[in-house]
Amino acid sequence: MEFLVNGTTYETDVEDDMPLLWVLRDELKIKGPKYGCGIAQCGACTVHMDGMAVRSCSVSAEQAAGTEIVTIEGLGNPNSLHAVQAAWIENQVAQCGYCQAGQIMAAAAFLDINPEPTDDQIDQAMSANLCRCGTYPRIREAVKSAATKLLG
Amino acid sequence: MGKIRTIARRSFLIGSTAIAGGVAFGTYSVKRAHKNPLLANLEEGEATFNPWVKISKEAITLITPHADIGQGAFSMQAALIAEELDVDFGQFDVSPGTPSAVYYNAALGAELAPVMTTDTSPSAERQRTLYRNIVKVIGLQGTGGSSTTPDSFDKLRVAGAVARETLKRAASKQSGVAVSQLITQSGAVILPDGTKLKYTDLADAASKVQPVRDVTLRDPKQWRLIGKSMQRLDIVPKSTGQQNYGIDIELDGMMYAAIRTNPRQGGALNSYDDSKAKNMRGVKSIVPVTNGVAAIADNSWRAFQAVDAVECAWGEASYPLDMDGHWAEVEASFTLERLDKVWREDGDIEGGLASGDIFEAEYRAPYVAHQPLEPLNATVLVTDDRVDIWSGHQVPGIVEQRVAKITGVNKNNVHFHNQYMGGSFGHRLEFGFIDQAAEIANQMRGTPIKLTYTREEDFVHDYPRQITMARPTGRTENGKITAYDLPIASVSVASSQAGRMGQAMPGPDSQIPAGAWNMPYAIPNLRVSAYRVPELAPVSSWRSVGASSAGFFGESFFDELCREAGIDPLEERLRLCNDPVARKVLEAVGEMSNWGSPLGAGRGRGLALVNSFGVPVAEVVEVTQTDLGLKIDKVFVAADVGRIVDPVNFDNHVKGGVVWALGHAMNSEITYKDGIAEQTNYHAHEGMRFHQCPEIFVKGLETAEKIRGIGEPTVPPAAPALANAIFDATGQRLREMPFHKFIDFV
Repeated sequence: MEFLVNGTTYETDVEDDMPLLWVLRDELKIKGPKYGCGIAQCGACTVHMDGMAVRSCSVSAEQAAGTEIVTIEGLGNPNSLHAVQAAWIENQVAQCGYCQAGQIMAAAAFLDINPEPTDDQIDQAMSANLCRCGTYPRIREAVKSAATKLLG
Repeated sequence: MGKIRTIARRSFLIGSTAIAGGVAFGTYSVKRAHKNPLLANLEEGEATFNPWVKISKEAITLITPHADIGQGAFSMQAALIAEELDVDFGQFDVSPGTPSAVYYNAALGAELAPVMTTDTSPSAERQRTLYRNIVKVIGLQGTGGSSTTPDSFDKLRVAGAVARETLKRAASKQSGVAVSQLITQSGAVILPDGTKLKYTDLADAASKVQPVRDVTLRDPKQWRLIGKSMQRLDIVPKSTGQQNYGIDIELDGMMYAAIRTNPRQGGALNSYDDSKAKNMRGVKSIVPVTNGVAAIADNSWRAFQAVDAVECAWGEASYPLDMDGHWAEVEASFTLERLDKVWREDGDIEGGLASGDIFEAEYRAPYVAHQPLEPLNATVLVTDDRVDIWSGHQVPGIVEQRVAKITGVNKNNVHFHNQYMGGSFGHRLEFGFIDQAAEIANQMRGTPIKLTYTREEDFVHDYPRQITMARPTGRTENGKITAYDLPIASVSVASSQAGRMGQAMPGPDSQIPAGAWNMPYAIPNLRVSAYRVPELAPVSSWRSVGASSAGFFGESFFDELCREAGIDPLEERLRLCNDPVARKVLEAVGEMSNWGSPLGAGRGRGLALVNSFGVPVAEVVEVTQTDLGLKIDKVFVAADVGRIVDPVNFDNHVKGGVVWALGHAMNSEITYKDGIAEQTNYHAHEGMRFHQCPEIFVKGLETAEKIRGIGEPTVPPAAPALANAIFDATGQRLREMPFHKFIDFV
């Protein structure tokens, strides 16, 4: 099967029903998306598929093949940060950081379709991503400052 | 600023004598220093000044032996060394180093002493010294008990200063300029004419001079880093997907393992059938492990699928099968035979409760899981003469000991490489997953094996927080609390954890009444007693341990007495408060929350004060009853840790503790049915979600004499403050967690 991830095409032989998360992590060695729950409850594995935020643990290889996939590594990097990543750094959001790749991917996709969100909309959009360290107050600030940045 | 003493002069010994086996105990061995592990791998031209600093021609490496479980420990430890060493962030690497007795945790030792943290009497100090020495002699390197900052604060600054002064001595020898004429800045010694001698260029010379032993630590007024907001070293990697955790380890030829052990904790595997599993795609092998089986495959998901396909016949549980059985045992424990210790006895409690209106209640706190987001995992490579382990753990030295025993490889050839952890909350104090990875890798010698737990396996095998109850009684007279009797019955976390390590835990368990027996109140007749419930399901340290439940009991019932007597909960606490630091946090939180101001219909506020790990923390929670359920609007927190090393990280940590405590108090418990945990993933045990998170206002005070850690102390007051607020808003008194069993939250 062929996968287009962060602009690179990869060829790998996997079962149709292998979750995209494990194709990325164990076959393609792309480690940014994290395994947290395996049943779309925590959001640590969030990636973009054709611009939409999806839980890669619950998308099959068959569904993912032929789409354009972006992981946290493709969103931006330390030398060329996406506005959401920059906001995360400025607000010093992370504690353990394990959920943050998923949080950032969820926030980036959300702000793409809703560039001027209300507090309630932010609450709703981000509630599907779990943070066990309790960084929610800083995530809230970071989403707001990223929105401002993106509006320019 | 606090009254933390400035250390004028400190001697620092680089000993060369190790204590073999760490079993000797006595003044003689206590006085000996442990040896510097950096000496073992030192190459020509590299210098090490003490176990925390290594400099080569290429790099400055700061050793940060306290594990990073997400609390920013690596960054904080590096900052303490860098403060005195005069290096800037960006100029050095950090490494957790190799596990070593020299990194023993002195602050944890003092914390284990069964004395009140506010007690500074000679006998209390003797107890602390005794416990500190025990930890030193056994060389216990550990992260936990909110002890990283207190353990590191002096030690690592001294380490930085020793290295700096030794580098100056080397520079003096090289340049002929007197040491008194040299200054240091940004990783270089600077000569009077402005010439910069970089530390890395001085490494070779420094390795040949006699290390400086007596150093003077800087006056806090000169600090460049401490007390100022820093950017943690891991913030950029954690915001860009570049941070690797244990679960991300990749090695050449590595295989992936999954495990299933008896879901009844500690129960046996009677038999298994792997005929289907072993023929599945990518599966290399199915191997037995203690109480279960493991599947080894070429991909984690294939290993998960295969281990699920093994048919297992499980043995029985050693504890009651359902919750009625667990609670019955707790209820039956308020007896003289099970009395662990009367921890506090002020005045005459029997007399104080002999007449008048006596008020009584019953409180419960359930089992709760840790479940950090990174599932348990460990990667192990066993060869005939060497073992390497990559994982995240809070007690690294014991990891090596256990793996040596399992594999039969000499402990000196067992090497643990501690990794950044995706949370712990006490979960990574346990050794089961390490043992299992070693058992699997030992059957696959020469092949690196990465064991990853499925979330379901992790939930079912989480050793949860203690199950516990309290049956307080009290009396108020003329608008004052005059008698308070607080008996608490709990299983013992200390004995459960020690038991899994094959050890007995003598003496009473100070965590059963933690946060309650030390309540800073001069109530005329006050007694706090602990009753020990025999072990039920195995339990473990859960962020803030005993205080997370005993604090809930103590501070909720205090509120009940205030309401019963019609007195203001803040005024009554201030009237009774006998600890000046606790008084300051009460006053601060009262001011922040505008305590006493009207809130309007359907709204309420609650207060609680708990001292745990030596830190008094007061919290006020504000709630509103809405059509969609109860909403937590705001939380105000005041805490005094003596000295705040990094205000940003402090703020984030305080808020995280509050979210942790509220989320679980509202939403989470582990229950057993047929001996098996019923909650197997986050949908059934989610803590707090984003939309439930209140606004949190933090005030850090710095008046206490000793510096303390903030990882746990903000947890215990949150649940009682919430319960007290709910009563204020609704008139409903919640005496059992999780609260969602009794009311709906937004």
